[in-house]
Amino acid sequence: MPGSAERNSPLHDIHVAAGAAFTDFAGWQMPVRYSSDLAEHAAVRTAAGLFDLSHMAEIVLVGPQAAAALDHALAGKLSAIEEGQAKYSLLLNEQGGILDDLVVYRTGPDRFLVVANAANREVAARELRERAAAFDVLVEDESDDIALIALQGPKSEEILRNVEGFDLPGLDDLKYYRAITADFRGHHVLVARTGYTGEDGFEFYIAPDAAPALWAAIAETGAGSGLVPAGLAARDTLRLEAGMPLYGHELGPDTFPAQAGLGRVVALTTKEDDFVGRSAVEAGPPPGARVLVGLVSEGKRAGRAGYPVMRGGAVVGEVTSGALSPTLGHPIAMAYLDPDAAEATDLELDVRGSRIAASPAALPFYKKEA
Amino acid sequence: MTEPAADLKYTAEHEWVAVDGDVATVGITAYAADKLGDVVYVDLPKQGASLKGGSVVGEIESTKSVGELFAPVDGEVVEANQAVVDDPTLVNSDPFGSGWLIKVRFTELPALLSADEYAALTD
Repeated sequence: MPGSAERNSPLHDIHVAAGAAFTDFAGWQMPVRYSSDLAEHAAVRTAAGLFDLSHMAEIVLVGPQAAAALDHALAGKLSAIEEGQAKYSLLLNEQGGILDDLVVYRTGPDRFLVVANAANREVAARELRERAAAFDVLVEDESDDIALIALQGPKSEEILRNVEGFDLPGLDDLKYYRAITADFRGHHVLVARTGYTGEDGFEFYIAPDAAPALWAAIAETGAGSGLVPAGLAARDTLRLEAGMPLYGHELGPDTFPAQAGLGRVVALTTKEDDFVGRSAVEAGPPPGARVLVGLVSEGKRAGRAGYPVMRGGAVVGEVTSGALSPTLGHPIAMAYLDPDAAEATDLELDVRGSRIAASPAALPFYKKEA
Repeated sequence: MTEPAADLKYTAEHEWVAVDGDVATVGITAYAADKLGDVVYVDLPKQGASLKGGSVVGEIESTKSVGELFAPVDGEVVEANQAVVDDPTLVNSDPFGSGWLIKVRFTELPALLSADEYAALTD
């Protein structure tokens, strides 16, 4: 809520009981870790992890022109997705910069659920409302009425199937970036095969008062399979290994989609009508605009957000996210580099005064086995 | 969380100091280790290095962030803990024991915090 100091998730008491350490995230007190970042990260790569993402924002558009309104408001062609399908999209400003990255679910012929970053809740709700004003559609910020739990990792499906009282029609055919409506002990749940870890997994949108029972049921069902609750620290290293951008790090209002490698998200060729940011995106980023690259180095010392990237004596870029990759065992980073340095093999990270050799690497750094 | 041990001295930078004659053994507290998360890299001053109290002399790096090691006293490093360089997880698993970081020979011990005073800082 605007102006409110600190908010707790509907699962807060469960996290406290589990011994979680908390961090402030966009005004929310969210679990940063329960025991060990590395153990939680490894559990998601090898078994499963359970995340509380109730801080995320959910904005619903309903009405005969909902699809047309989203085509105008967002970079992608949302009218092209079918009911039960999800699509990653961007909210652009008129200058072509990124105001937020979002996942949009079509939950009915005339109904869409837009999931925005917690920090951008107000911006996303306001922009969607303003941009949809000329269309026959209602825009509702339902963030306070929706909790979000994510189950991620190779054992997710097996665990999900064994949760008692979870009726999941259509799970057998549920593909990546698709969603189904399910029933958990009388509560309506949107179950989506989406995530932010680079693993198979599911996200559950459910009423806040039903969320604790769902969390407990999944945690209990998965405990024997290696499932652990996982915090935002693990979520960050998982998404970094998977090469997924994070708003405020890789994405921001001064970044064009093409710079972030997200040119494909903008439907320039398939959308005939105008949409916010179109002309700026068509004109393209200014000459010499930096581009997002993956960097790897040896040893244990990681470049971190804000660290300069050097070539010879010159600064040629800046790290936006970095960590010692728990899965790969060496440092990885995402950085914006001058275009002529983007493929250079003689780069160095300035790690608090020490120079660490770095070289470009294809994203994602980590890819799950098919 | 592990309570600060009564026989140790502490600093506001969340380090502990164990004094034995003119040698101070220095580590970070369990509170600091918990805040950092899993430690994956430590950078310690070399044996023989001359330290100035209050200055940054090393780093303790976790997956999530970087902590600085401050010299709690003026003095000379007589030993840096190679075991913790080889296995930084010792900082998390045994911060007051095998996760110690450096031993420093000092001439004068500055005012340090008692266990109770330190505990009050972390409430």
